[in-house]
Amino acid sequence: MSTTNNTLPRWADVLLIPIINIALALLVSGLIIIAIGEDPIEAVKILLVGAFGYDEAMGYTLYYTTNFIFTGLAVSVAFHAGLFNIGGEGQAYIGGLGVGLVMLALGPILPFYLLMILGIIAAAVFGAAWAYVPAYLQVYRGSHIVITTIMFNFIASALMVYLMVNVLIAPGSMAPQSVMLADSSHLPFIHEIMNALGYEMVHTPLNISFFWALICCLLLWVYLWHSRWGYELRTVGFNEKAAGYAGINTKKVVIITMCISGALAGFVGINEIQGVHHKLLLNFTAGYGFTGIAVSLMGRNHPVGVVLASLLFGILYQGGAELAFEVPKITREMVVTIQGLVILFSGALAYMTRPWLEKIFSLFSRPASATTQEA
Amino acid sequence: MTDIESAANRTTEKKTLPVAIELRGISKSFGSVHANQDIDLCVHKSAIHGIIGENGAGKSTLMSIIYGFYEADRGEILVNGQSVRLHNSQDAIAAGIGMVHQHFMLVDTFTVLENVILGAESGGLLNQSLNHAREELTRLEREYNLKVDLDALVSDLPVGEQQRVEILKALYRGAEILILDEPTGVLTPQETDQLFEILKTLKTQGVTVLLITHKLREIMDITDEVSVMRGGRMVAHRLTQETDKETLAELMVGRKVRLELNQKPATPGNVLLKAENLTVVDDKGVTRVKGFNMELKAGEIIGIAGVSGNGQSELLQALACIQPLSQGSLQIHQHSVTPESPCNPAKARELGLGHIPEDRHQLGMVTRFSAAESSILGFHRNESINGSLLMHNSKVEKHCEALMEQFDVRPPHPQLKSANFSGGNQQKLIIAREMTQNPRILLVGQPTRGVDIGAIEFIHRQLIEMRDQGCAVLVVSVELDEIMSLSDRILVMCEGSLVGEVAGKDADERTLGLMMAGTPLDKARSGSGPGSPQQKTINERPAHQILSPETSG
Amino acid sequence: MDDIFSVLVLTLDATLRVATPLILAAMAGLFSERSGIIDISLEGKMLGAAFISACTAAVTGSAWLALMAGIGVSVALALLHGLACITYRGNHVVSAVAINILVAGLTVVLGIAWFERGGTTPALPSEARFMPIEWPLAEIIGQLPVLGTLYKELLSGHNLLVYVALLLVPLSWWVIYRSRFGLRLRAVGENPQAVDTAGISVAFLRYRAVIICGVLCGIAGTYIAIAQNAGFTRDMTAGQGYIALAAMIFGKWRPAPALLACLMFGLLDALAIRMQGVPVPVIGEVPVPLIQALPYILTVILLAGFIGKAVAPKAIGEPYLKER
Repeated sequence: MSTTNNTLPRWADVLLIPIINIALALLVSGLIIIAIGEDPIEAVKILLVGAFGYDEAMGYTLYYTTNFIFTGLAVSVAFHAGLFNIGGEGQAYIGGLGVGLVMLALGPILPFYLLMILGIIAAAVFGAAWAYVPAYLQVYRGSHIVITTIMFNFIASALMVYLMVNVLIAPGSMAPQSVMLADSSHLPFIHEIMNALGYEMVHTPLNISFFWALICCLLLWVYLWHSRWGYELRTVGFNEKAAGYAGINTKKVVIITMCISGALAGFVGINEIQGVHHKLLLNFTAGYGFTGIAVSLMGRNHPVGVVLASLLFGILYQGGAELAFEVPKITREMVVTIQGLVILFSGALAYMTRPWLEKIFSLFSRPASATTQEA
Repeated sequence: MTDIESAANRTTEKKTLPVAIELRGISKSFGSVHANQDIDLCVHKSAIHGIIGENGAGKSTLMSIIYGFYEADRGEILVNGQSVRLHNSQDAIAAGIGMVHQHFMLVDTFTVLENVILGAESGGLLNQSLNHAREELTRLEREYNLKVDLDALVSDLPVGEQQRVEILKALYRGAEILILDEPTGVLTPQETDQLFEILKTLKTQGVTVLLITHKLREIMDITDEVSVMRGGRMVAHRLTQETDKETLAELMVGRKVRLELNQKPATPGNVLLKAENLTVVDDKGVTRVKGFNMELKAGEIIGIAGVSGNGQSELLQALACIQPLSQGSLQIHQHSVTPESPCNPAKARELGLGHIPEDRHQLGMVTRFSAAESSILGFHRNESINGSLLMHNSKVEKHCEALMEQFDVRPPHPQLKSANFSGGNQQKLIIAREMTQNPRILLVGQPTRGVDIGAIEFIHRQLIEMRDQGCAVLVVSVELDEIMSLSDRILVMCEGSLVGEVAGKDADERTLGLMMAGTPLDKARSGSGPGSPQQKTINERPAHQILSPETSG
Repeated sequence: MDDIFSVLVLTLDATLRVATPLILAAMAGLFSERSGIIDISLEGKMLGAAFISACTAAVTGSAWLALMAGIGVSVALALLHGLACITYRGNHVVSAVAINILVAGLTVVLGIAWFERGGTTPALPSEARFMPIEWPLAEIIGQLPVLGTLYKELLSGHNLLVYVALLLVPLSWWVIYRSRFGLRLRAVGENPQAVDTAGISVAFLRYRAVIICGVLCGIAGTYIAIAQNAGFTRDMTAGQGYIALAAMIFGKWRPAPALLACLMFGLLDALAIRMQGVPVPVIGEVPVPLIQALPYILTVILLAGFIGKAVAPKAIGEPYLKER
């Protein structure tokens, strides 16, 4: 394939192409803003101020970033094994359910530090379980993981509606929400910690699960490139037959990878349920699972890239909310649009810019001959 | 004198024949690779013209240019004396050129009839096309003596018949020039003979045949003229009558082929690998290996000969514990493997079984890994070259560097992507990886496929050295020469079964060839009679002897 | 007895209305996937078409112009998918996900910018919609028992697009199995190289397939916005594109079985609405979310090979590249 040709320098491959692709996505976004009669430069200013301009904005930006790191890593790890997990949304939903159930049951009786660990375990187990079924069905029954995970998103959604409306709803409540979780199960907010340390900070939803997200990045990086399991995982992703030849149990790798992926997505539940809402409710995943696809593609499936891409989407989400407030014609869905464009340009059309760049680079690599011909 | 005269007559006779297709100065590059350079070729009408060359000599590229699949960078193509531009297959078809690809271009879920009309429909309505094609094909079948069930699903047909469908497809499109790309690679000898009969019929009906092959025997058997390609260039044109195998072989490889390797006789020791009634059924339910028995001893090389697709690949995979057994048993060193207690490649490696697979890109390495990462594939759990849980990347690189030095892998850069090494160097890296783990048993599939001449000798010497050190070596290869020059014992397979065993030093091509067609050893030997069988070609023997081996004994 | 019969007819009638966009989208997916292009962007194309058709109908007041606009947008999105999958050999699933997300965002952004109604378009008058068509003599024939009721309630009184959807099924079957285009379409999804060597352009063939897919999705989206409803609301396709995809898989990439699957899923939906809060004998009250999830659950079970086996076209999802 022409894409494996080494006609481009490595830095162009690793940095330039992704940046060009994202620039194209943002360019089209700007055109859309012009089309609806607003000034894109002004919009960017408002957006950046809205994302960074003050403490509260920063807190919100990083709170969104936390979710995107989890879902972005979830999609990335699956990609490395050659799997496309579109089920992040459902896995995050069910992961949150797990957190909620455990906290509802044990919150009143256990201390905080145990609940924190239990929360992580519950999110991981529930998220992983929701990914395990599609993985199992692909490995042992031959159904395709993409379709099954899509279906599982809808099934998760239906299941949650049923549970929230019929089972877990707080007595006497009109809205489908559970009772509040016990205080001991709440994750500390960053502003609480900062205030305790003597720095004044306003209330934001940012909580310590942000650090767990960063730890997950590190753990995943070690797992993928510095562990034998990661070696096996990448072998399966690149060449399943070679993995079989090497004595790697590909079925096991697929299932474990999907479970890791599901667990990572499930961690969204910690941030949302244990960290922010402190109760079970509907639709707390708010599309974060799908954003994970954009994050992973933009971050080129590397933990560092995922963090950077998550930050960008954090900015877009928070700044976008601010923008929608300031400029009524630009709504929060603009962020969803940008997300779609990012997936389009850095994912689906990722090979589009390459031939052009190759031409440009070949021009510059032989400037002498080119100029003589011109003359 | 008379011989030369007649040859000269024939030559002039040929000269007067019209030219069906002519190439002038055809060149084609892919990036920096010159696949074809300044190719001239002249093919006479109603002749069977062979193009011979090694793998990678540029034959397939050239044929793809003639068929309009690629456009040449430079040069001219003339069909029946008229210059033509072939931008796509449609142009080639219009110019009367048909092609039978090495891998058949058939839609498995379609019937023969549907496959034939695909792209050559007579209108927008399907039934009309089908009816028209049915009539036309019945006529063609009669004319060229090509029997195929038009309503059968292609996936249900044996390979030989699928090939006939391809030929019918070309004829239905009015092909007067038929290109066959390595047509016999997938055929049994019987099917090959049937194909050659068909080609002769086509020739008498005025069809020009271009036969691409790397098998000298086929060139000698059926062609009228032969052109030899080497390294992307056309190096010689000969009348088949006026040349011989040895000359062609030399032209092909560019120097004397060294067939005999200096080897001491083997000193076999204990049985290290034993197959009893080994049977493999693939996931489609087809029995690939039937009741295979074998004992492989320390210090010997067994060669498995057979037409490709007769179960050798599956046998190799079963011995390497990649493909599960359906019946029978396998004894690897002291360890017993049965369908009930299966083994896996990881366990097999622990038992001292090394495996150089047939297809290095599919199995042997991960092309997108660095050479270092590929150099531990299968041994990534081995703590002497890797960490215990975590990867020990610097150790792995050192290991790879050592392998590269020892086996002369170039360039010696462990960080380089595996895909960026040449075929020969990739193969050397795999061989290095497997051999340096000191296996008791070494399974080798197509050791030199796609490998340049220099590397071939190197690889062969390494294999013999392994044997001399007491390793039990099993080689599967479609190259008979390779099998004969390496093996102490040769086992011949046909249709998944073991036909018989020949001692390496007693083996000759003709006997092996007959055995590969399923003739038992004694019959194969007696059938040849006294004299020098190699001199005879299949053409000269009565057809029934080849078509039905049972009657020949 | 009469009562049960009329309830049955009304349920079937509702089924037909609910199933129409599913049928259209399932046929759309069929053309695309038979050619080897995975299409999980049926949802996005329908949503885009629904939005634009509603906008056009609101501005021009013409249902026909709305239909044209809806088809136009859907085809444009299909071509974008084609560009990514066919020309640039991108991942089909990624491209489709991009389109779904892009459309989900853009329809709301543009909707609010253009109409300032929180993402909905103005309610349409009946002239700007596809309205039910009364069949001749429906009132008179309707008086007859059984057959008359069937004629009046079930066959008559649907809008044009419902009949279009129903006619499209045999038409799709004919095109796929009885025309030259269909033969080539089926071939390119199984073995694109065979098509290429037969002198047919793989890319052009696949582009035509995705365009057909776009046209049909366009009709489906238009139906949802201006026939089934009287305007656009955000996310109004609500996963119907995925249900259609499920139906197509359930129908094993064949028109008639896909139609049956659409009708079955439509029936489930109609039942879900009808059974809300109604206790069923023996089982008790069936939770509505469960019924709504049933199409997805059934598809998962089918794909897992527990009921029959669904085999996708062999070359599906694989970019075609001439081998060297």
